[in-house]
Amino acid sequence: MVEMTAPSDALHSIPALLARNVARIGALPAYREKEFGIWQSWTWAQTDEQIRAMALGFLSLGVERGDHVAIIGRNRPAHYWAMVAAQMCGAVPVPLYQDAVADEMAYVLDHCGARFIVCGDQEQVDKVLEIEDRVQHIQHVMYNDRRGMRKYDHSRMNALADVQAEGRAGHFRYEGELTKRIAELDYDSTCVMLYTSGTTGKPKGVVLSNRNIIETAKNTSGFDHLRHGDEVLAYLPMAWVGDFIFSVGQAFWTGFTVNCPESPATMMTDLREIGPTYFFAPPRVFEGQLTNVMIRMEDASRLKKRMFDHFMAIARRVGPAILDGKPVSMMDRLRYALGSILVYGPLKNTLGFSRIRVGYTAGEAIGPEIFDFYRSLGINLKQLYGQTEASVFITQQPDGQVRSDTVGVPSPGVEVKIAETGEVFYRSPGTFVEYFKNPESTASTKDAEGWVATGDAGFFEEGTGHLRIIDRAKDVGKMADGHLFAPKYVENKLKFYPNILEAVVFGNARTMCTAFVNIDLQAVGNWAERNNIAYASYQELAGHPRVYDMIQSHVEEVNRSVAADPMLAGCQVHRFLILHKELDADDGEMTRTRKVRRNIVESKFAELIDALYDGRGSIYTETEVTYEDGRKGAIKATLTIRDAAVQGPQTRMAAE
Amino acid sequence: MSAQTAMNTEGYTTADGRKIGGVLMEMKNITLRFGGVTAIKDISFDIRDGEIRAIIGPNGAGKSSMLNVISGFYVPTEGEVWFKGYRRGPMKPYQVAQLGIARTFQNIALFDGMTVLDNIMTGRLTLMKTGILAQAMWWGAAQKEESAHREKVEKIIDFLEIQAIRKTPVGRLPYGLKKRVELARALAAEPKILLLDEPMAGMNVEEKEDMCRFILDVNDEFGTTICLIEHDMGVVMDLSDRVVVMDYGKKIGDGTPDEVRANPEVIAAYLGVAHD
Repeated sequence: MVEMTAPSDALHSIPALLARNVARIGALPAYREKEFGIWQSWTWAQTDEQIRAMALGFLSLGVERGDHVAIIGRNRPAHYWAMVAAQMCGAVPVPLYQDAVADEMAYVLDHCGARFIVCGDQEQVDKVLEIEDRVQHIQHVMYNDRRGMRKYDHSRMNALADVQAEGRAGHFRYEGELTKRIAELDYDSTCVMLYTSGTTGKPKGVVLSNRNIIETAKNTSGFDHLRHGDEVLAYLPMAWVGDFIFSVGQAFWTGFTVNCPESPATMMTDLREIGPTYFFAPPRVFEGQLTNVMIRMEDASRLKKRMFDHFMAIARRVGPAILDGKPVSMMDRLRYALGSILVYGPLKNTLGFSRIRVGYTAGEAIGPEIFDFYRSLGINLKQLYGQTEASVFITQQPDGQVRSDTVGVPSPGVEVKIAETGEVFYRSPGTFVEYFKNPESTASTKDAEGWVATGDAGFFEEGTGHLRIIDRAKDVGKMADGHLFAPKYVENKLKFYPNILEAVVFGNARTMCTAFVNIDLQAVGNWAERNNIAYASYQELAGHPRVYDMIQSHVEEVNRSVAADPMLAGCQVHRFLILHKELDADDGEMTRTRKVRRNIVESKFAELIDALYDGRGSIYTETEVTYEDGRKGAIKATLTIRDAAVQGPQTRMAAE
Repeated sequence: MSAQTAMNTEGYTTADGRKIGGVLMEMKNITLRFGGVTAIKDISFDIRDGEIRAIIGPNGAGKSSMLNVISGFYVPTEGEVWFKGYRRGPMKPYQVAQLGIARTFQNIALFDGMTVLDNIMTGRLTLMKTGILAQAMWWGAAQKEESAHREKVEKIIDFLEIQAIRKTPVGRLPYGLKKRVELARALAAEPKILLLDEPMAGMNVEEKEDMCRFILDVNDEFGTTICLIEHDMGVVMDLSDRVVVMDYGKKIGDGTPDEVRANPEVIAAYLGVAHD
């Protein structure tokens, strides 16, 4: 193996890391993309040539130091190259969410003042043209996929490949300037600017320096022993900080290979073909895969089903212990080995997880059953806790100390403290420089000593030193009787049931807690099919009395488990209803990363909340919805409200 | 094929600025009879190189018969079909394909048990040069040739955005996707002229929009001349450069969508006329 860590003092920018990789592992694959049914690959040397050609092309178009170059498109090698090419020119890459609607795009483009934009395809170009009159500083649009672009006015537009061709042609003219600009980059120059998803208010541009990205990549690569033979699948939005750290930061630091799927629809097939060794996915991906496995096992032959059940029981009992290297009896080890041959191995292969050494999940809490399922198969799935402002990593779980209810110990180089209010603060080399053009927010988030408020409430567990996160600090409140109110804690417990897709719990400053529930159409629909329940729409299924019975039993189970924790016993759900529509980002009820926007839900469904508290058994409502193409419509429904049994002191009080 | 005539070289420019070339195919006084039934009566029109030409008309107007004449499946009772400056005689289906004419069907005609990829590969059949024995042995030139054909097919798969169903048996696909696969197979033959028999029939709005975009893209990217039959008037008027209107086997209108829309006979055929 080639030593990758040596003289690090000269490696102060991503282009510098690229030059080092070309010198040391130039012939190893850096990027792969499946196109025309075949995995096409580029070695580090080829990647360097591509990026330099692009950077020279950028110079010929007039990209200046400090310019912002926006990039919008799905995960493709050329888009990553465009980011590094922009850095080479002294410009700042700004990746955007590709599913952002034109209005959201307009705000971000206007805010960062981008003069150049790299679009993935015609769809993204159309969006840029749509907002062009509002965002007047855009001077040049580049696109990657030529398809359907021929008829466009090209006076201020160019294909990315043509920009590269121009760069290659102008090699002698611009080479000197490019070398100079690369040499100017240092540890404090801006590496990338990423916009936060904006759970509250307008998105903020988080400026991350080379120091933030490279220090973080260095520390965390060492933590998990990542090396240049590793493989990752780049499928998460490029605008998300995690993708930048994994597919650029850590990839350039360790020299591992970044694989881009053929299309979003083929992600699962591509995952299986690549078999990544290092994998990140939000909990919903793991949930979705588990649900699929379970549904397919329901339809499997009896022998297969019995085999699966038998060996999964063994796996659940001893699998995690074997993974953590704890002592396990010889007999169990043999049973587990047999299970590996008959069940776990083939199953992991189907999922595309055969080669995983390190897997991470974060963003939301993951259900213990889901987490244990993957770990019992021998997949080293761990949790981390982070945010954009920290260049992802705040805490993460070391190998062998993995549990579903903590987020691990502080990452290398990160200091964490808990404030009086319970809010978690951190300070690290990855801590962001500033919010772009927003000194007030910068000052209110990061204090003079560099401590950053996460906005999350949590505590360190005694004995293990692991951090546990309860909820968003601002969402943690008090109930009318003084009990602690932590909605997320209860919502997560509810969401661990496969039948429940989303839950929103209310109760701040009120006498009792109530909840909205969204059913999971796939899981509940499947259940309905098996039980001969006919339904024509989401709305009809959501209102079905037997679905209500099922959800009620889930709510009551959650109440029992919540009651077990005396601190949070007040958060038991007394009354609930099943919403007639799925909460949707298009309606503004969720962020693009699928986090519920609590206050919008609260104001939009105010009459439903009132009904939850005034004791009514049902309520009629009309809700406006936005379709994918932007048209609006209305859904009308009469919703049933159910009471759920609660446990502990409160029931006793009620009885008195 | 008989005597060559001077090919019509004058073209025209469409509203959106595309250059349309000379006459590619010309129907001269076509009449088609089945026993006593006259399906087509003395129709003449031409299809120019690079244009999207639509044939519309009410049910039973003779549109599909016309398409079958164009494709060479029916030999007209009277009249002549000229293609690329040659008069066309009766032909076998493989000769039609070799001439560069491909089509899709109103009722999907794919191989249900085969994968999408294999179905599209069948479209390359007439372009394959190695013998059946070499292909069966999977040896030498046959192997190399299949790779080359596969590459072309993959470009079409990419073009029509059906990567995710590449290995799926066609029988398992929903209707809209089957239509797309059929278009892919027709494209795989690298046709000069593509005949589409009701490409949007039975589709929902979104599927129709997708299909429209693909048809326009095919015309734009590959320069394929397209002749289509369609019921959805909105689609026809948006898509086509020129439209032939048929009613009871006769041609009652021919021209740009706007001209056709203003034609009183066409309005009468579609909406009926007031009785005094």
